[in-house]
Amino acid sequence: MNAGAISVTTGPPAGTGLAPPGKAGDRAFRLLTWLMAMMVPALLGLVGWTLCKGSALSLQKFGWNFFLHSNWDPVNGDFGALWFIGCTFVSSLLGLLIALPLSLATAVYLTELAPGWVRQPAMSMIEMLAVIPSVVFGLWGIFVMVSWLQEGPYPLLVRYLGYLPFFRGPATGFCVLSGAVVIAIMILPIITSISREVLRAVPNSQREAAYALGATRWEVTRLAVLRYSRRGIFGAALLGLGRALGETMAVMMVVGNSDKISASLLAPGNTLASKIGNEYGETFQGINLSALFELGLMLLLVTVVTNILARLWIGAVGARQHSGI
Amino acid sequence: MTNQIQLPALKTAAPAPAPLAPAAPAPAAAAAVTFDVRQLNVWFGGNHVLRGVSLEIPPKAVTAIIGPSGCGKSTFLRALNRMHDLVPAARVEGRITLFGEDLYAPGVDATLVRRRVGMVFQKSNPFPTMTIAENATAGLRLNGLRQKDLLAERMERSLRMAALWDEVKDRLHANALSLSGGQQQRLCIARALAIEPEVLLMDEPASALDPLATARIEELILQLKQDYTIVIVTHNMQQAARISGQTAFLYLGELIEFDQTSRIFTNPRQKQTEDYVTGRFG
Amino acid sequence: MNDWHYRWRKVKSSMVSGLCLVCALVVITPLALVLFYLLKAGASSLDPHFFTQLPNPAGEPGGGMANAILGSMTLLGLAGLVGIPVGVLGGIYLSEFGSPRMKWAVGFAADILNGTPSIVWGIVVYALVVLPMQGYSALAGGLALGFMMIPIIIRTTEEMLALVPNSYREEAFALGIAHWRIVLNIVIKTASRGIITGILLAAARVAGEAAPLLFTAFGNNFWNHKLSQPIEALPLQIFTYAISPYDDWHRQAKAGALVLILLVLALNIGVRVMTRGRAPHLAR
Repeated sequence: MNAGAISVTTGPPAGTGLAPPGKAGDRAFRLLTWLMAMMVPALLGLVGWTLCKGSALSLQKFGWNFFLHSNWDPVNGDFGALWFIGCTFVSSLLGLLIALPLSLATAVYLTELAPGWVRQPAMSMIEMLAVIPSVVFGLWGIFVMVSWLQEGPYPLLVRYLGYLPFFRGPATGFCVLSGAVVIAIMILPIITSISREVLRAVPNSQREAAYALGATRWEVTRLAVLRYSRRGIFGAALLGLGRALGETMAVMMVVGNSDKISASLLAPGNTLASKIGNEYGETFQGINLSALFELGLMLLLVTVVTNILARLWIGAVGARQHSGI
Repeated sequence: MTNQIQLPALKTAAPAPAPLAPAAPAPAAAAAVTFDVRQLNVWFGGNHVLRGVSLEIPPKAVTAIIGPSGCGKSTFLRALNRMHDLVPAARVEGRITLFGEDLYAPGVDATLVRRRVGMVFQKSNPFPTMTIAENATAGLRLNGLRQKDLLAERMERSLRMAALWDEVKDRLHANALSLSGGQQQRLCIARALAIEPEVLLMDEPASALDPLATARIEELILQLKQDYTIVIVTHNMQQAARISGQTAFLYLGELIEFDQTSRIFTNPRQKQTEDYVTGRFG
Repeated sequence: MNDWHYRWRKVKSSMVSGLCLVCALVVITPLALVLFYLLKAGASSLDPHFFTQLPNPAGEPGGGMANAILGSMTLLGLAGLVGIPVGVLGGIYLSEFGSPRMKWAVGFAADILNGTPSIVWGIVVYALVVLPMQGYSALAGGLALGFMMIPIIIRTTEEMLALVPNSYREEAFALGIAHWRIVLNIVIKTASRGIITGILLAAARVAGEAAPLLFTAFGNNFWNHKLSQPIEALPLQIFTYAISPYDDWHRQAKAGALVLILLVLALNIGVRVMTRGRAPHLAR
């Protein structure tokens, strides 16, 4: 570009004794950045290894029994995670059950029905919901949500459905169901946002095909859009589930923190995450600490597996969509 | 139990007071023209795409719309079944009547219009999560037909009409995408025909197909014209010459000439038409 | 097929459209509900005391969250020391030197780490730092938060760098400038805004976390004087106060939550405004 520019191939004028500009610098830089990038998989390994090492004692002592019985007795050194596993799955799946239809309907509204100027602002508001810290939801849960649920819905549930073991009273408000509700609120943004992307990816030719058959708006959505997006929506649900399984603070603040087994959704409980959180401030060693790590290991595995499945599923769906199927 | 799907009147509300200036046309006159298009203007945003197009489309015949890219052929076609309703930026003015009924009159339900005026698209678009049978009967099931035997019968009829029956009768429950491109297009035609529209609009139906498949589609069209009014948009002049009875030549949104196909291609009246059909431009 | 059936189809369509609208409203409301509740319940407590005083002994009304606010800033600083260099430099490698396979593998690992529950980070750092040090510390808390920042920053940095047109790099190469200089002076400079917003987003995310701090920073009712000592943080304090039996602490918790949510929202909205149109996928 200008006279005197150093040629790339020959480097600086011969005889100056200088190496080609930056060769050593390049190598060092590349090595440094490579090291930093490798920290990510290293960190993943570190997390897994730390948890495994920490749970070794407990794994050895209890084996499979850890998952099959329910107890948390530091005094006598007996620990079993069954109740926590149960509460985790019940609250997460119930939360998903509440959130998925709401999110899907919202995604349909935002993609197919809403006037143009509404779409982005509404989506932005929903995405803002995702940045609210868990502890803030927990606080709102304690002082607003639980009181409200205790005043209206819960007594109704006890009165009309109390003959079922799932809704047997008394309802204190701080229970597994409250955990599920707060989880549902927190996973709404991610399911809505991914569902919306999935629905937007449906080619317009599909909608036109349905319209051309004399279909109403809902029928077009049902036939051409939702059916087409079935798989993507399932992936969105899986991602939401992954997020739900790991929720800690908000759940801890409304779930009741009880180790006592009960079939009722209105009775207090403890998820894997909230149980670990409950040990805040305790001192523990030996088998107690190891059991805690095993809870953490379980939580990690369950979340990681769900997330991997979700991403692989979405990846497969995306690839298939791009190939025109 | 009647086999026919009763074609609905275009208005579902109580019939509006007759606003049309001329008295309802005598049946004989109505049957002579399927579409009566008067001064059709279409805008996309500020873009004036169709300018004052007027013509009459005869029944049980094939009418071709030809012209260079961007002349408004597809826009014209889509105005005939109110597909522009789906595009917020589109504005349609003018009058289009179907067998005497104004399609754009207030109170007219676009969904019912599309029920009577079927459409086949340039790229075949079968529903990918459905089988061949489900695709073919999609329109029927939408309209509430549930009895399995009736559905099967109508499906066979429309697949035969689309000259696809023999090729798929043994694999009706295979996924629709397992068919070749030409077969998929014929499936889309069968899907459109199953609900017994009065008109079939075809937007360059064979442009994405190989010559063999194209030939089969053209054969099909020649057969169908015995029962249906067909309006076909095509950029392939030879195709228009082969299969249509009337041809309309559009250029830059205006109707330059509309006449018997034989006339258009051998002795057109307008110079522009002649230039186009002889390949001097376009 | 008859007129009645068709009318039912139309009615069904309208009903479903209405239902979808209702659901959309339901999904939007929690944001407003939480925000307005906190404004109502917390705004009145935001006086200078709140921002400057230490907590009073349990049960005594009054006092503030000054140590928590300072503690959060300290922890964020520590976290940044860990997360920013690793994340940015790692993102540089992936974007400038990385093979597609490596990009995929590291990206996948980053996604898994992102999906790791935050409390798991807490007990991992507990095992790695707190146990050997035999005590909770700001360092442990900062490390846990820093670890959480790494996968976020590495992803956003990589994406931002990928947006820099290749022509910039090619022109610089043609001038004979060393590769590492090109990356630092040209590529990063061009992408700097995006990289910074990625860092800010990660900071916003991590600033609101309490779970990882339960077993690392632990909390401290007084000022933290040494990084090897426990330290308080705003989300942690909010949690402790909220679950306590004291009304005055409840009041302060709500004020603290208001501060936290406003901060986090302001950061996120600010980032959105800054990257409007440029990188819409950044806000996930």
